[in-house]
Amino acid sequence: MAMIIDRRLDGRNKSAVNRQRLMRRYKQQIKKSVSDAINKRSITDTQSGEKINIPARDVKEPIIHHGRGGIHEQVHPGNKQFSQGDRVKRPEQSGQGGGGSQASNTGEGEDDFGFEISKEEYLDLLFEELALPNLVKTKVVAQSAKTLVRAGFSNTGVASNLNLLRTMRRAKGRKIAIASPYSKRCRELEQLLQQELERKPHNEEKIKSLREELALLRARIESIPFIDTYDLKFNQFIPQPKPITQAVMFCIMDVSGSMSQATKDIAKRFFILLYLFLSRSYERTDVVFIRHHTSAKEVDEEEFFYSRETGGTIVSSALKLMRDIVRDRYPTEDWNIYAAQASDGDNWEDDSATCRDLMIDSIMPYLQYYAYVEIHNQEHQGLWREYEKVGEMFETFSMKQIRDTGEIYPVFHELFKRQDA
Amino acid sequence: MNSPGGKRSADSKRRTDPPPGRRLLSTESDWTFDLIEEYNEEIERIAKEVYHLDCYPVQLELISSEQMMDAYASVGMPIGYNHWSFGKQFVITEKNYKRGQMNLAYEIVINSNPCIAYLMEENTMTMQALVIAHAAYGHNSFFKGNYLFKIWTDAEAIIDYLIFAKNYVAECEEKYGIQEVEEILDSCHALMNFGVDRYKRRAGETLEDEPRVQSDRELILQHHVNELWRQLNINEPEKKENQTKRIPPEPQENILYFLEKNAPLLKPWQREIIRVVRKVAQYFYPQRQTQVMNEGWACFWHYTIMNHMYDEGLINDSAMLEFMHTHTNVISQPEFDSPYYSGINPYALGFKMMMDIRRICEDPTEEDLQWFPDIAHTDWRETLDFAMRNFKDESFIGQYLSPRLIREFRLFAVLDDDREDTLGISAIHDEVGYRAVREKLSAQYNLSNREPNLQVFNVDHQGDRTLTLRYYQDKNRPLSDTTEEVIKHLHRLWGFKVEIETVEEDGHTEITHRCPKPVSEELTIS
Repeated sequence: MAMIIDRRLDGRNKSAVNRQRLMRRYKQQIKKSVSDAINKRSITDTQSGEKINIPARDVKEPIIHHGRGGIHEQVHPGNKQFSQGDRVKRPEQSGQGGGGSQASNTGEGEDDFGFEISKEEYLDLLFEELALPNLVKTKVVAQSAKTLVRAGFSNTGVASNLNLLRTMRRAKGRKIAIASPYSKRCRELEQLLQQELERKPHNEEKIKSLREELALLRARIESIPFIDTYDLKFNQFIPQPKPITQAVMFCIMDVSGSMSQATKDIAKRFFILLYLFLSRSYERTDVVFIRHHTSAKEVDEEEFFYSRETGGTIVSSALKLMRDIVRDRYPTEDWNIYAAQASDGDNWEDDSATCRDLMIDSIMPYLQYYAYVEIHNQEHQGLWREYEKVGEMFETFSMKQIRDTGEIYPVFHELFKRQDA
Repeated sequence: MNSPGGKRSADSKRRTDPPPGRRLLSTESDWTFDLIEEYNEEIERIAKEVYHLDCYPVQLELISSEQMMDAYASVGMPIGYNHWSFGKQFVITEKNYKRGQMNLAYEIVINSNPCIAYLMEENTMTMQALVIAHAAYGHNSFFKGNYLFKIWTDAEAIIDYLIFAKNYVAECEEKYGIQEVEEILDSCHALMNFGVDRYKRRAGETLEDEPRVQSDRELILQHHVNELWRQLNINEPEKKENQTKRIPPEPQENILYFLEKNAPLLKPWQREIIRVVRKVAQYFYPQRQTQVMNEGWACFWHYTIMNHMYDEGLINDSAMLEFMHTHTNVISQPEFDSPYYSGINPYALGFKMMMDIRRICEDPTEEDLQWFPDIAHTDWRETLDFAMRNFKDESFIGQYLSPRLIREFRLFAVLDDDREDTLGISAIHDEVGYRAVREKLSAQYNLSNREPNLQVFNVDHQGDRTLTLRYYQDKNRPLSDTTEEVIKHLHRLWGFKVEIETVEEDGHTEITHRCPKPVSEELTIS
């Protein structure tokens, strides 16, 4: 009788480990493929996986077999017109039947070895080795933010922290301990009294004295205090520095008329990458979207990426808005604050100096990191020069230029590269 | 054997008058566990009682298509150690399957006791029956009966051994790092085909004891190697004796075995990993030598058993049609000029040959009497059983391929000599060609013709420890370009210089491959 076993439920992903090994081995190639792919994607496509291509020569497993040349003889089916001794032209490479063993079919094709990776795997690779800079530092610096945590019990404290259970337990223990000599004597006397009561005739005097002594002892037991300061136990709380892993990212995008569609496209791609990275790597990350032309406006994600409003350029409007939002909603002791700004570098000439002052005085001191990307391929303008001065003063400020879509990911990667402290 | 067409004409009679005690097992195409059990009982009865097949106990396992791909990717090993190449294989299989380029194998069967056959959940009941007959009784009896499997594989111990191997590799990864283990495995895989004993089984090498004696072996092996390479010879006379000793004493064709025992720098666990790969290669070696026979035998039995079931009224017309459709696909042989042609289909050749042997036994023609006087008019079951037990592809074809089949396949042999501009047709399916075609086809299945004859020849153990391998050239065929890559793996395992000498047929010997390349060496000298 045969055994019939249903194995459908177990071990569905037996090959998962081997798949990981494959990805581990070809990490370099796969990463290259991933960073190439990011530029080809449509802006809104953040949900799908990616197709990976690795050159076939890299993944082949070489074995020794007979090479081409020499004498090969092979039997084939389906003869139609040949007779023994016929000579026929040697067929082209592809149809060569004389290859001999099966082994010669391996490894010859120069096709790429392609496979799909899932969205998760894709994003993992994309954001590998990236981190928000300086996140840990703040945690230590911002000592003011603390939280109380339970830390055992103490003998002193305020009444509201009284631990009733432990206090009562101790009180009871104390009472039993102090009363124990009396209780022992009590039990002895009770026994004697019982004996006397059973004896006929009663020795009235003895009974009376026993009863008196008993009453005295019981009174003593009664007089042990129900609760003593000695019993009190309080819950203890000690303050602990609050780990601040909450972060807010300000995304500031220039949507003025000077930004061409292509430039906006690059900016959006940059921010999408940033947004994906944040939402994936940091659980508690707020994102504030600010778009500006002559005036700045806080918008939601939808509007930020898709709205088509346009106008002139005053960069400081956005910076002011950001400063105000930080002041109102994101107290620096609680929040790691980051900002990324994308612009074509075009600004109202008088405004750039204002921007610099704003940055130096009221923004940079409170920020963990500020990344500025300028998207164009001409000469730098006023804003860049002014920002350079900011960069000189603050290590946490970096600026990069993106010329075309191909540079988005490399620049992004550089800006958010994990820095080993 | 009756053709299915002939069956149908007799069908109406059978339908009204089923054999006593037999009834149609099912009419729906969906399977259930109960149905599988019923079918299996009937198939087992037919296989064992009617046709006297000798099988291991059967274990049927139902799996999903994804699990089938898993099994496929690890070359049919039910439990494989982890390696990226299996991941790659899985990706390829998955891709082909999703594109619809490939039907998944309907079955995978493990040469073990009990014999494990996988049934895929997507299959219809008829397909499950086909697979049970094909794998669980066809292949199963082949594994149990064929002499190569009897000599070379341990059906009892293979599963335990594979578990041991998987755990051992995982343990090594933990101890020495994934990278280290991967490198050794890569190198071993490159030489896997040269990790088998072809002629004689080493005494005492059964899989059963492998896990138990493994830890002792690590020590003993290392000791043996140390002994071999000990350079301090205090006594002069001994030294002279040493110089005349060759390593290896005789050329060694099992390269992995040689490396496991003699490579000077390997650590004990690395030797053990070589051993694991070697054991797996050895386990699959009989399968590589009996493809045509094994598949032919299994196809013959699924065909015979399914027809028998139909004759008994256990399955109906629609099931039979579905079966015939699949069966025909499996045994189809595209012709050489067809775009689908990729060599001879072992299922087609094997099945036709098995059927042909039965025909020769039962109903021989004049020609058959001349060619096969010893099997004509004998009991076909005994004759087939004898063939199954005592042959491998090469000898099976050499013995049993009949002129009639050569004509049916219209076989012809093409001679490709790179010194000529054109190909020559060396034999075709005619009176003068039968023997030649048969001989050439037989030679084509001879693994030692297919694989280069490469042997460990010498170790310069008094000098710089260069390892020399010899390639005995046959028909002027050079080694493939990939040899350049493989020799690097050899070098990694050996740890010192490696050379391959090509010995041409006229005896001329020349070093054709080296690792590391001598160029750099010259540079350092100057």
